[in-house]
Amino acid sequence: MAGRSLFDKVWDRHVVRDEPGEPTLLYIDLHLVHEVTSPQAFEGLRLAGRRVRRPELTVATMDHNVPTLPGPVTDPMAKAQLDALRANCEEFGIELHATGSGHEGIVHVIGPELGLTQPGKTIVCGDSHTSTHGAFGALAFGIGTSEVEHVLATQTLNQRRPKTMLLEFVGALPPGLTAKDMILGAIGQVGVAGGVGYAVEYAGEAIRALSMEQRMTICNMTIEWGARAGMVAPDETTFAYLEGRPHAPQGAAWESAVADWRSLCSDPDATYDTHVVVDVAELVPQVTWGTNPGMVVSVTGTVPDPASFADADDRVAGARALEYMGLRPGQAIEEIRVDRVFIGSCTNSRIEDLRAAAAIVRGRTVDPRVTALVVPGSAQVRRQAEAEGLDRVFLDAGFEWRLAGCSMCLGMNPDVLAPGERCASTSNRNFEGRQGRGGRTHLVSPQMAAAAALHGRFVDVRTLAAEAVTA
Amino acid sequence: MKAISKVEGRVAVLDRPDIDTDQIIPKQFLKRIERTGYGQYAFFDWRFDEEGNERPGFELNQPPFADARILLAGRNFGCGSSREHAAWALQDYGFDVVIAPSFGDIFRSNAAQVGLVIVELPEEQVKELMESVDLDRGSDLTVDLEALTVTTTAGKVLPFAFDESSRYRLLNGLDDIGLTLQHEDEITAYEAARQRP
Repeated sequence: MAGRSLFDKVWDRHVVRDEPGEPTLLYIDLHLVHEVTSPQAFEGLRLAGRRVRRPELTVATMDHNVPTLPGPVTDPMAKAQLDALRANCEEFGIELHATGSGHEGIVHVIGPELGLTQPGKTIVCGDSHTSTHGAFGALAFGIGTSEVEHVLATQTLNQRRPKTMLLEFVGALPPGLTAKDMILGAIGQVGVAGGVGYAVEYAGEAIRALSMEQRMTICNMTIEWGARAGMVAPDETTFAYLEGRPHAPQGAAWESAVADWRSLCSDPDATYDTHVVVDVAELVPQVTWGTNPGMVVSVTGTVPDPASFADADDRVAGARALEYMGLRPGQAIEEIRVDRVFIGSCTNSRIEDLRAAAAIVRGRTVDPRVTALVVPGSAQVRRQAEAEGLDRVFLDAGFEWRLAGCSMCLGMNPDVLAPGERCASTSNRNFEGRQGRGGRTHLVSPQMAAAAALHGRFVDVRTLAAEAVTA
Repeated sequence: MKAISKVEGRVAVLDRPDIDTDQIIPKQFLKRIERTGYGQYAFFDWRFDEEGNERPGFELNQPPFADARILLAGRNFGCGSSREHAAWALQDYGFDVVIAPSFGDIFRSNAAQVGLVIVELPEEQVKELMESVDLDRGSDLTVDLEALTVTTTAGKVLPFAFDESSRYRLLNGLDDIGLTLQHEDEITAYEAARQRP
């Protein structure tokens, strides 16, 4: 028998039913729920008189539209949605990490933090960035509201087996570079639709060298190049991260779980439908210039001229993007001034991200023309950062230090850009209007966002003080 | 879900690649807890200016595209966020079919769930269809899910592929959950055999 890939192994374990011509009925081990994509699903259950099949495999949090300043939710629609989640969780017996519980936060931050995310699990959520959890060797992907209802009712999903791709990062990542630069660079290379139809395994020395939080950043942005799921084979880094977390197995169960998880790597003779190589040895910090994550260049580069693009659609889309972004071809990236800086989101709001940004910021001040925001990914991350004094570093420099949530990544809460405002953001999408109607988003790493806040424009973080870069 | 087999109707052209679901339904409209009524917000930031006036230059505001039931769009349509609201908004706006060279994976699943027909045709055929549309008087197309064909008023017939089980569900208006629950004993057996999680 031919060798099997990590994806094959996790998929095969979860097949409930496989009939020729029909989609596979796949068992789901963990279903994460938030307020925005679930109310219609719960309503559907009620209308059909159905129950939640496995409420104990379902975990909810409030993240998308919660305010990040203290006080009540003043937006009546956001409040109604949050109230609906609370009522639905009570009615159907689902654990809810509500605002103020101390365990709330962005769904893709709290899953790993609580140890719910584990190697070999199938994990879904009504959110496209569910791919984040693949960093642990889980098969994790985003679903829509009808599928949320399907999982609630049956604990399964009908899925066509995707094609598989190996994305291999070769070379060692230079100092000052991050997982964010790796994935932005990769998307620039393969394009925003390069992964459509695939489940991706990220591999290579540069992946092995990354912490769990950095691997999460990579897997998080899998959907930004079209692939629904991205996975990293679990290793000692994974086990060390998980050990002792509240929902991780304990004692003898831990030992047997780790033994099992060690088998979750691709066999040496495993085959993939596609193999892509991305060389990171010469990578330079990345900055997006356009309105999708594939429109990206090095910070040392210039805004490209869409007229030079080979594809006719790309030329039109590129010109449109430049008009929206208020940029012109040939403009140096380091000359682009920013009005706002956002450090947060399920891509880059974990403790290591905040430490890395704080190392750049420490003892410096935010450019007076810039409004800068730090939004920790969860209440736990916020507590940890405060215990380390990172809040003081940010506040002393002139950043705002907020409560946990999705915040300005998608601007469903009051944290939005005004029309025409330009933002250096650690989030995952630079789509038109994503952070606020008419807002202009440039995606960068936490270090690059911090540096942009200090200088009021994009700067190459590698040129800053060496101690800040390597910290 | 309503059964759907054949759509004959007016075509609208939105010749842009990588139209993401944030454009199809901007986030400010995702706070509603209903499943209906999203059509008025479809492509909101493209359709309307900041004062709420229709942008005359936007494709879907062209009079010949009014009452369109079929949308012709560029590659990678529906990329980005998993919001099923995008499929709801397109349907509620009046579209029964979207034809494009490729689609975002999650959008494709969502569309199948709600009965919005997704037709994938080679890029050159989509471009050809776009060019054949009469931009002054409007044009019609017929999409036949039984025959798996797109037919122009000039009589040109373009076959397309479609996932067979999705097609069966669409043609019969079947509820996916109801179908799965016919196999509930297999789910129970799987859970028992695995004894975890």
